Amino acid sequence: MAGSQWELPPELCCRPMAFVALTGLDVVYNAVHRAIWDAFCANRRADRVPISFKVLPGDHEYPKCRTKRTSYEWYIPKGILKTGWMNKHLNLVPALVVLFYELDWDDPQWKEKQSECATKVEIVRTSLQGRNTKVAVVLIQKKTPLPPGEDLVASERAATLCNACDLSGKSLFVLPHTDHLVGYIIRLENAFYEHAQTYYYTEIRRVKSHKEFLNKTTHQLLFVRHQFKIAFFSELKQDTQNALKYYRTAYSLVHELRAHETNMLEIKTMAGFINYKICRLCFQHNTPLDAIAQFRKHIDLCKKKIGSAELAFEHAAWMSKQFQSFGELFDEAIKLGLTAIQTQNPGFYYQQAACYSQDRKQQAQQLCQAGATYPSPEPLDTQSGGLDFYGQRPWRQGHQSIDPPDAEKEKTGILALQIKERDVPHSELIIALLSNAVAQFKKYKCPRMKSHLMVQMGEEYYHAKDYTKALKLLDYVMCDYRTERWWGLLTAILTTALRCAYLMASVKDYIIYCMELLGRASTLKEEQKLRIEKNLIKVLTNEVPDAEPECDSSSVSAAKSLWSDRMALAGSNELTIEVQDYIPFIQCKAKFQSPSFHVDQPIQLQVFLRADCPHPVSFNKLSVSLSNQEYNQWCVVESSGQESMSLLPGKTKRFNFSFVAKTEDVGKKIEMTGIEVMLGSDSGRCVFMSWRGAGGDAASTHEALQASRSSRRWGRCLEARQEPDWDSLTMQHSTMIISRVPKISVQLSHQPPALNNEMYCISVTIQSQEEGVAKDVKLTAGLKPGQDANLGQTTHVTLDGSKVCDDTAPALLPDVPLGDLKPGEKLEWCVYVKCVSTGPRVFLFHVAYSIDTTVEGRQIVCKCHKDETVTIETVVPFEVSVKFVSTKFEPLDRVAVDIPFLLMTDILSSSPWPLLLASSSLQLVTITSNTPQLQSQLQEVVLQTGESASECFCLRCPPLTNSNSTVATGQYLISWRRYVTHMLNSPLIQTTVTLPHVILESVPLYIHADVPSFGRVRESLSVRYHIENRTALVQEVEMAVEPSDAFMFSGLKQVRLRILPGSEQQMLYNYYPLMAGYQTLPQLNISLPRCPTTNTHTLRRFLPQRIFVKPQGRQVDDASIAAA
Amino acid sequence: MAVCIAVIAKENYPLYIRSVPTQNELKFHYTVHTSLDVVEEKISAVGKSLGDQRELYLGLLYPTEDYKMFRKLHNSFTDVMCNPFHNPGDPIQSKAFDGIVSGMMVQTG
Repeated sequence: MAGSQWELPPELCCRPMAFVALTGLDVVYNAVHRAIWDAFCANRRADRVPISFKVLPGDHEYPKCRTKRTSYEWYIPKGILKTGWMNKHLNLVPALVVLFYELDWDDPQWKEKQSECATKVEIVRTSLQGRNTKVAVVLIQKKTPLPPGEDLVASERAATLCNACDLSGKSLFVLPHTDHLVGYIIRLENAFYEHAQTYYYTEIRRVKSHKEFLNKTTHQLLFVRHQFKIAFFSELKQDTQNALKYYRTAYSLVHELRAHETNMLEIKTMAGFINYKICRLCFQHNTPLDAIAQFRKHIDLCKKKIGSAELAFEHAAWMSKQFQSFGELFDEAIKLGLTAIQTQNPGFYYQQAACYSQDRKQQAQQLCQAGATYPSPEPLDTQSGGLDFYGQRPWRQGHQSIDPPDAEKEKTGILALQIKERDVPHSELIIALLSNAVAQFKKYKCPRMKSHLMVQMGEEYYHAKDYTKALKLLDYVMCDYRTERWWGLLTAILTTALRCAYLMASVKDYIIYCMELLGRASTLKEEQKLRIEKNLIKVLTNEVPDAEPECDSSSVSAAKSLWSDRMALAGSNELTIEVQDYIPFIQCKAKFQSPSFHVDQPIQLQVFLRADCPHPVSFNKLSVSLSNQEYNQWCVVESSGQESMSLLPGKTKRFNFSFVAKTEDVGKKIEMTGIEVMLGSDSGRCVFMSWRGAGGDAASTHEALQASRSSRRWGRCLEARQEPDWDSLTMQHSTMIISRVPKISVQLSHQPPALNNEMYCISVTIQSQEEGVAKDVKLTAGLKPGQDANLGQTTHVTLDGSKVCDDTAPALLPDVPLGDLKPGEKLEWCVYVKCVSTGPRVFLFHVAYSIDTTVEGRQIVCKCHKDETVTIETVVPFEVSVKFVSTKFEPLDRVAVDIPFLLMTDILSSSPWPLLLASSSLQLVTITSNTPQLQSQLQEVVLQTGESASECFCLRCPPLTNSNSTVATGQYLISWRRYVTHMLNSPLIQTTVTLPHVILESVPLYIHADVPSFGRVRESLSVRYHIENRTALVQEVEMAVEPSDAFMFSGLKQVRLRILPGSEQQMLYNYYPLMAGYQTLPQLNISLPRCPTTNTHTLRRFLPQRIFVKPQGRQVDDASIAAA
Repeated sequence: MAVCIAVIAKENYPLYIRSVPTQNELKFHYTVHTSLDVVEEKISAVGKSLGDQRELYLGLLYPTEDYKMFRKLHNSFTDVMCNPFHNPGDPIQSKAFDGIVSGMMVQTG
């Protein structure tokens, strides 16, 4: 293949490894030998020494060594590097030949075998005559050897064997064929590696030694050759640092050569080889910057060395290869862990390689004229079938002077090369390189570079006449350029795509590209647009379009026949093209006049069309599809008869549509789902340009944004009222159909706040302002849905205000039918709301009705409704407080059993409205009333805000059988309502207050006194103390009366008495007050020796502390006092 | 030295692009467009370090360009943007800007 001429030879690209030949192994028939060979070859990981092994027969003929030159005086080199040299040292001339021989130390036929071995060594040596190749012998033994020095026979026989074979002791090895084969093999190969290194070292020395014989005038080529060889041997020796140094020297030497047209190719070839080696080693040494610098230098030095002008394509091919192989090296290094960056990655090199391949193609097209016949005899044949030296011409190998030896041969040779070049599949090469580059740029986040390269690939496919692939690629990237708004580039791509579509006679693609090239994003000149529009019209009328310019004539004629076939085909003349994602030459925007329409209004819709092409364009149909397809029939406009509708370039045309919505669509959205414009006609070809939604295209969003930012639009709107500014036209793709505006008033009257639990009255007044009868008026009243869920359970709505509603009443009364409402008629309804909890609530009053109306002559029944909402706060009407006090009105924390006490209730009104307390009652549990009849003290009491009403009940807790210390008291019931004079019949609300529990205690001794309500100075005051024993024991009581300054008294001052269980003792004292005013009564000291917990202190609380003493009246007034 | 000068909107579309007429115009358009890859990368890198926010000049994308040239061009661009009749985002159509650009191209070209 012609392309392969530029490929780098594989022996250059591989990693050189020391070559060791193994002989004496029969790997086919001998299992032991096979195992040994496998151990050498298998599993050669990086940790094993780099050797390439080869099994050769014992009598293998190695390449002959030419006799060593003793003088270079008359020697004129014929070229830089022989083509076979690298391969020879990699694969043919071993650094070491190892002879494997089966021989145990105690072999019975030792003598015979020893001499056989020596013969074999001799054969190898003869074959390697003149070379420095080492020879080593490995004895394959069945027995495990003894440790060195112990086996005397072995050491003696080893010495004799070495002698017989003329081997040094270091070159004789023993390989016991035992379990640890791999271990032995690894040790062996390490030893081989040392021998090989010595060999390559001596080779380097040998080549270096030539230098002194060379002179600068005639042996320039040899300087390069020797440096290259030294470097290559260093690589074989794995001394890459020195190899790199020698290659660098070789590289500078190669550029010092006298270059002329005849040897330019040879110089470039060698420079390319050496450069490849240097870059490769730099990457290997992890100095990628050095590699890049070297490569740049290489390119700078070589890019002007074109050589023969008639073979300029060769230079381009060579340059391309340089970039490609560097790209490959770079890529290889990345795979081994190097990190590349966006601006320095292999993609650039592949791209450059592609670029040179494109140059190559161009030059080949210019230089290789068709029609020339291939010269005979074949000038490119050589005797050997190949070249002797890299980079030379087959017809003048070894020729090193400036002028070609034979001008005629030179001419035919060049002609042959040119003719060969014609057959090179350039496009394939370019596309392969581009796709390599694309992969790289994709990896290094260069989306635009990727697109650009894909365009190039597309263009290359176009040149290669693979239009389908070309279109696929171009189509793929077009969208990127469109969204990035690079119109110039988009136009260029579209132009190529149009050519492809034309040449393929792909009607749909052709139309699409024409449409976009005529559009506003196209940067084509006017005359080109005119031409394209003409072609588009031709296609629409089913005619063959004119050829695109710059297409080659043979393709054009093929395309023409394709087109006429297409046109002749009947049917399939309808095409729908989704234009939304392009920038087509007809722009379309549509809008509903308003975002919402009442159902009794006609819905108005406008479609704006605008053509950007140079000629007026005519179309035959415009239709809008809506989400409810029943309306579609109203949104079509079609040309009538011969007259078609046309759009003038740059002018906006408006189409108005209007239709009446269906009443069942109230509350629904109507959306435009698409707009279609039909170009062409049934007689020719129909093309439907289809927009989704309300039109617009790939560029219109940005244009609208720019228009909205623009300061100019204000002025523009004013000056051109007739034609709206296209860019600032906004699309409105949907509209809501909403119900007719109600002509009805709903008024609410009430007296907030609502009181907790009351039947709160809201009066609703509905008045019709309709001109016709409002039918089926319905009221929905109650808690507005969507509030806190708890409110639904604590709110009850009813229409019946005569009694308190229960918990079954709903929170919302739906659709209460109110009948028909004549024009002007008024309705009043009361809605009662019971709020069980406090807090704000939103109430909804929704009045719905239907009415007949006419829209554009159509009779429709409209449903209208009116909503009123109100927020009502609910408050607590009053607060009830309850306390227990003793008969002395002292607060009680415990209640003594069977001793009377008082319950005091207090109702504090917190309602802003007056409250009527109708009655109250006590429902007692356990505890009984001390008075025979419990009567409410609050009957028909009206409380204003902040006022309170109190009651007092005397109660007693009977002795209990069980020993509960706390007991429930009972409930306090209050009947009340809001006090409104005009609503006397509103129901009473019963509020229940649970009374607190009381803690009981029992007293062993109860003492109480009968004391008059007052005394008078110096008048006797008799006080009787009752002492009750409440225990089951006889109680001994000691009583004493303390003296007091305010009283004299008669009676027992100190007494001790016994009281039987359950009985009572009475003590009578006559007190004689001495002072007026509140006086403390003489203190009674009581103690119970049997019951020490009960003492004076605990008993005194039952007794009155003091008494009011009136002053002594005058005698005359006695009568009046007695009367009082 | 300057063969092509372009002003690109922040949405990456060209506001102004001009190249030496003798050259292949399309090629320069592609070059400018592909270099936006690097610009985008650099801008996102600048966003990370707060210190660099004031520095408008991104430096060399590939080894070309000149600081002074940038400043001159930027000043002229600022003038264009200060024109009350210019709508930011629209392509630049300014004689003064054209003049500056021509000067930069003639001087070197």
